[in-house]
Amino acid sequence: MTKVWPDERGRFGEYGGRYVPETLMNALIELEQEYRRHASDPDFQEEVRYWLRQYSGRPTPLYYAERLSKELGGAKIYLKREDLNHTGAHKINNTIGQAVLAKRMGKKKVIAETGAGQHGVATATVAALLGLECKVFMGQEDTKRQQLNVFRMKMLGAEVIPVTSGTRTLKDAGNETLRYWVSHVEDTFYILGSVVGPHPYPMMVRDFQRVIGDETRKQILEQEGRLPDAIVACVGGGSNAIGIFYPFLEDSHVRLIGVEAAGEGLDTDRHAATMTKGSRGVFQGSMSYLLQDEFGQVKPAHSISAGLDYPGIGPEHAWLKDSGRAEYVPITDQEALDALALLSRKEGIIPALESAHAIAHTVKLAQELGKDGLIVVNLSGRGDKDMESIMQYMEGERK
Amino acid sequence: MNAIDQTFAQLRREERAALMPFLTVGDPDPDTSLQLICELEAAGADIVELGVPYSDPLADGPVIQRASERALAHGITLLDCIAIARQAREKGVKMPFVLFSYYNPVLQLGLDRLIEEARQADISGMIIPDLPYEEDGPVRDALAQAGLYLIPLVAPTSRERIHRIVSRASGFIYCVSSLGVTGVREHFEQETDMFLRTVKEATDLPIAIGFGISNAEHVARFAQICDGVIVGSAIVRKIEENLTRLKSEREEDKREGLREVHLFVQELCSGLKR
Repeated sequence: MTKVWPDERGRFGEYGGRYVPETLMNALIELEQEYRRHASDPDFQEEVRYWLRQYSGRPTPLYYAERLSKELGGAKIYLKREDLNHTGAHKINNTIGQAVLAKRMGKKKVIAETGAGQHGVATATVAALLGLECKVFMGQEDTKRQQLNVFRMKMLGAEVIPVTSGTRTLKDAGNETLRYWVSHVEDTFYILGSVVGPHPYPMMVRDFQRVIGDETRKQILEQEGRLPDAIVACVGGGSNAIGIFYPFLEDSHVRLIGVEAAGEGLDTDRHAATMTKGSRGVFQGSMSYLLQDEFGQVKPAHSISAGLDYPGIGPEHAWLKDSGRAEYVPITDQEALDALALLSRKEGIIPALESAHAIAHTVKLAQELGKDGLIVVNLSGRGDKDMESIMQYMEGERK
Repeated sequence: MNAIDQTFAQLRREERAALMPFLTVGDPDPDTSLQLICELEAAGADIVELGVPYSDPLADGPVIQRASERALAHGITLLDCIAIARQAREKGVKMPFVLFSYYNPVLQLGLDRLIEEARQADISGMIIPDLPYEEDGPVRDALAQAGLYLIPLVAPTSRERIHRIVSRASGFIYCVSSLGVTGVREHFEQETDMFLRTVKEATDLPIAIGFGISNAEHVARFAQICDGVIVGSAIVRKIEENLTRLKSEREEDKREGLREVHLFVQELCSGLKR
């Protein structure tokens, strides 16, 4: 039997832990205790399952992408259709779980950080559903790039707070949410959007996202009678990837491949390839891999995909990388755009730019594995939100 | 004997609390911050907290965030901060130095190197605001072996953790006045006094209060209960208000800027006598 991570100190090997101001420590300990108590309560689990089924539309299909597979002439490719969730991405799996927990803990106010706005929209949505007051922190740069999502959140009744510190993007939205939480820790629940941050968030968010992998396992056995050779998912913080990887960790013959954003290239400063180019460090509450300079200052990340534009990564991924159980590969902005166009034209599915990174690596992998191969790609979100930024990118390229 | 202990012992004899200003090293530039350290002592400071600028200062409000950005624009590193501390010693500054840094720069430099450098600069202790009790063991032990203190923070939300934290502390206990990040607060609630009394009862070490202390009235109030009063954002804001002067090429403008900070610290000190 392999060791169960995280351990009692919230560690995945040497990664994880709790590196936060003392003011938050009791709140995190209480959150962990409450989470463990509710997670073992069948009534809590049933409520979460109810909303996932009746509200978000789970289970999502595991779809055989036949035209894409034939076009590439290699392995059979299945898409786990997380884009068909309510609000258009896997993010809602986690926000439903945390919001139900918040409500059962008696907290009436929730806060969240958001980059592209997907987690913010998913949080605003469940806050409306469960009658919670909601504030979403978003970097000022991102509020400009993603005006539509800002408007969606406001439509749902949330307050959107533009963050003007630092690089004015996701990492600073995360800092500002933590700062706000330090001031309002007694009556506010922080709905964190990925498998990052201090313990218990990486564990809790993973547990809420593992529904993706649990369904995938059942569906692929029904449809193919065997487990896949490889599972491919994009990684920013890494929640959709952990969600689909986790139920397969013990199946050592299933390759687990995380795809990170190489932005404009690994030989430039404009990428978000935390695993390929980063090193061990402490960032936003946990020990993991991190893009940083030699003095420990955090370096700004870049990706055409706002959801991957993050200099850190979840601690469990760092552990999976070091232990060799998962592989992490880079994909550039251009490769992701090409993959987005390919999937749109061959399957009539416009993926989110984040998920397009996973598709781009699958294009390479399908040929490598050959006709007998079987790949599952986590299609973590739909691409409607990205149309405007892709239009701008293409105009920029023409100039 | 660690210089922090000596200072508090001396102040106990004088029956007054310590004024413990904070500034961000390298703000507005390395040379000026060196002069500011000297000015703080001349104005009556007893112990100084030397803030290491960081790209992602989670525990800090907007004033210290901006100071960090100004210092980072000069490329200031943890080693540069220690070097400036050493220069301050060479210029005759006597008060104990406490280095305030987030954990990641410490981790990247490495403890051995940090301790070696810190000892050469006669630094007495460190505060690492994102390294709580559960994670601080190795750092605390390594510092202790070199005679340096890791100063712990306790917050109003620490409750039953207070006893565990103070039981293995050294130097002094940094009490966070109220919930929230660093930055000026208008007033303090009654609960703050109750919290301070709880900490005081739990330890024989000196206790110091910080977060939001911004004027002589605050200093006077807390000097009655605490052994030290930490003023950070209010001093950094005073530096920020005088940026143009402090960065001026003209010697007299610069002296005027330094004098403004000096007068403010002197005013804060007026509240110290019990």
